[in-house]
Amino acid sequence: MHLLEPRANSSQLMRWAGPPIAILLTLLAASALFAILDKPPLQAFYVFFIEPLETANGWSELALKASPLILIAQGLALGFRARVYNIGAEGQLLMGAVFASGVAIYTDGLNAWWILPMMILAGALGGALWGSLSAWLKTHFNADETLTTLMLTYVATYVLSYLVSGPWRDPGGTNFPQSIMFGESAMFEPLFDGLRLNSSIFITIVAVPLFWLFVSRSFRAYQLAVGGLAPAAARYAGFSARSGVWISLVISGLTAGLAGAMEAAGPVGQLTLSLSPGYGYAAIIVAWVGRLHPIGIVLSGLLLALIYLGGEAAQVSMQLPSAISWLFQGMLLFFLLGVDVFVDYRFRRRRDKRLMSSEEGANA
Amino acid sequence: MSDPSSIGLAKTPVPPRLALWNITKRYPGVVANDKVSLSVAPGEIHAVLGENGAGKSTLMKIIYGATHADEGHLLWNGKEVHIANPAEARHLGIGMVFQHFQLFETLSVVENIALVLEGKFDLKALAIRVKEVSEKYGLPLDPYRMVHSLSVGERQRVEIVRCLLQNPQLLILDEPTSVLTPQAVRSLFGTLRQLASEGVSILYISHKLHEIQELCDRATVMRGGRVTGEANPKEETSASLARMMIGRELPVCVSPAFEGEAKPVLEVKGLSYANDDPFCSSLFDISLCLQSGEVLGIAGISGNGQAELLAALSGEQLSASECVLLEGQPVGHLDAGRRRDQGLAFVPEERLGRGAVPSMSLAENTVLTAHRQAGLSRYGLLNYGAAREFAKRCIERFDVRCPGVGAAARSLSGGNLQKFIVGREIMQAPRVMIVAQPTWGVDVGASAALRQTLIDISRSGVGVLVISEELEELFEICDRIAVLAGGRLSEAQPKAQTDAEQIGLLMAGSQQQAA
Repeated sequence: MHLLEPRANSSQLMRWAGPPIAILLTLLAASALFAILDKPPLQAFYVFFIEPLETANGWSELALKASPLILIAQGLALGFRARVYNIGAEGQLLMGAVFASGVAIYTDGLNAWWILPMMILAGALGGALWGSLSAWLKTHFNADETLTTLMLTYVATYVLSYLVSGPWRDPGGTNFPQSIMFGESAMFEPLFDGLRLNSSIFITIVAVPLFWLFVSRSFRAYQLAVGGLAPAAARYAGFSARSGVWISLVISGLTAGLAGAMEAAGPVGQLTLSLSPGYGYAAIIVAWVGRLHPIGIVLSGLLLALIYLGGEAAQVSMQLPSAISWLFQGMLLFFLLGVDVFVDYRFRRRRDKRLMSSEEGANA
Repeated sequence: MSDPSSIGLAKTPVPPRLALWNITKRYPGVVANDKVSLSVAPGEIHAVLGENGAGKSTLMKIIYGATHADEGHLLWNGKEVHIANPAEARHLGIGMVFQHFQLFETLSVVENIALVLEGKFDLKALAIRVKEVSEKYGLPLDPYRMVHSLSVGERQRVEIVRCLLQNPQLLILDEPTSVLTPQAVRSLFGTLRQLASEGVSILYISHKLHEIQELCDRATVMRGGRVTGEANPKEETSASLARMMIGRELPVCVSPAFEGEAKPVLEVKGLSYANDDPFCSSLFDISLCLQSGEVLGIAGISGNGQAELLAALSGEQLSASECVLLEGQPVGHLDAGRRRDQGLAFVPEERLGRGAVPSMSLAENTVLTAHRQAGLSRYGLLNYGAAREFAKRCIERFDVRCPGVGAAARSLSGGNLQKFIVGREIMQAPRVMIVAQPTWGVDVGASAALRQTLIDISRSGVGVLVISEELEELFEICDRIAVLAGGRLSEAQPKAQTDAEQIGLLMAGSQQQAA
């Protein structure tokens, strides 16, 4: 029974060694999996993690996928530190895409410089509004935000579905549930010829240092952290728990909404049902694997983006099922949570023989 | 002492009821018990004396089977035993009355007792036995009362009667008087003497010297996990026991007279608070007036409205604006942060998790309340350099023993963390300082320093309000004392015009009214 014993102090080493160890364990488990599927593990890893990075297009795709993941995770991490668990970034992303697409659809045919900035603002607004709904439910009815954010994601899916199959359906399309293709002034510009990477990545590049400054230096972030670590201390200090809920959900909704606008006005170029490949959920893993730290999140966002890319490559060249990316994400989070036990616990070092026998006697 | 069976055996023909030999228990980073030996004869009242953290509780947990020793032997009536769990301990005849009661508030007295008895039970027959036993030992109890309606003293009776019904040969009491009025302490002592005269051995754990001198036949003194002496407390002086317990003389506080002009700095007028939770206290028409330059004490046992009154004073619970006045200004409607802006400082009884964030460093913990100090926060950004500087000055001025400003709050001992929190609040130059249980869990040396600090800042013109369960402490530092019992506050009496006896009656009297 007593396999673990608590440490006197949490281990800083394990806190930072945790993610690499979890990655290693994920790779080991994946090897076993590949072996069972009769795929040579080394070849599988090559296809998964090396091949996507052998071309310029691969790097472009990596940045294109990592950018929204990192942006959303920055917002989520802020709330997670305050123990406000927004797991509905997917819904906030979709609402951001809906709002941004609305601007693009109603200005179709115009050629003005302000359309794209308007879309960005609308996307941020849509996501923030969707997040603030949960904040309002939490502060007025004490409704758990974990439930409401998740449920509002389903609502967002249906709103999207209604719009693309009803009022916003492309009249020139063939009854497919999708909007018109956006005009040039409603799209982010590609950065390189022939590659999909576009100027929306600058939003993330600007956001990361801002979040880093906010988290490490601002009094507001300090208040959020105290609210998460010791709610009674926050009350004692007079920090408002309500404003903590509002800030967490509005900011994480806002970043998710931005990411939605970036997708709609970027690689997708229209509003469709399959707008997001689950970025809103994957960003939860990105935030945890990145230790809720703005720089750690950049690294983990790149890793998760690579897993997305590798999953696509493995489908094509190794005939592995598409679920393989999800499996990787799930294993990574699973092993990280397992390894995290060792931040505050360690293996029991020394066992007294006499006591061991008496304990076993008692258990028998 | 090479053979465990030789302890005690040589001296008396009867083997000791309980003998411990070289008990050692290690926790990560600390040796809680280091080769501890002691023996208790049948019918003996044996004190285990030591400060908080001396290892008393760990030792008792080992005897009661709640934890296991890493090394050493335990002899019960001359035979070596391994006590795997509390049920086995009870089976052997060991009963324990915990400092924090283990009762279900929503059940009646007899139901609570039936829960720990083995086998089938008949509630009616058991109720009759409860009544018999309780009357025999001067612990009157109504078996059918619900536990939540009982006073703290009555709840302790339930715990004791519960142990007595199992005919124990050894009864362990952990700090049993910390929640009792002086009158209740006397009646408890009567009960314990009666039990001892019937042959029951008693292990009495305490850090209160006068109680041990009054009650106990022998005392084992512990410090830092080791036994530092064995004595007959009746033959020792308080000073000699204190030397064994803390390694030096008991320090004393000095209270000079206040030279300045006494003005009311904190007034409470007709404050009532109806608590929705039936298991928590309400407040009824509380009024008090705290003057600058004085220490005002509020005596009473926790659970009589202490937590509610503190929350109402600190601003964690809001009230009508006119109910609380800070230097004449109504503040009842202001939250804790805005009351601090107006010169209120507050040290709560829970240091970890309320007064400080456990996982944050001391430097980060200064920001919790001291962020309004010049330089700590500007344009919404924090200056952690200034926070470290503030923490450093606090550590030096208030003699906080710690590795440095980067140490996590939870790595400090209770006493050192308390010094840090008190220091952090004092350094913000408050006009009113409210302190709850200032020396709970704090060692004797640090307690004296803290008490002196509170007297000193009051003499600089600050109004200091102290809420404490320890009567001796209040009599040592306060100028006036009031009693909070059953949610009602008595009128504050100057210390010279009252005594422990009278305060004790007020504590008990209002409890009965409320019950």
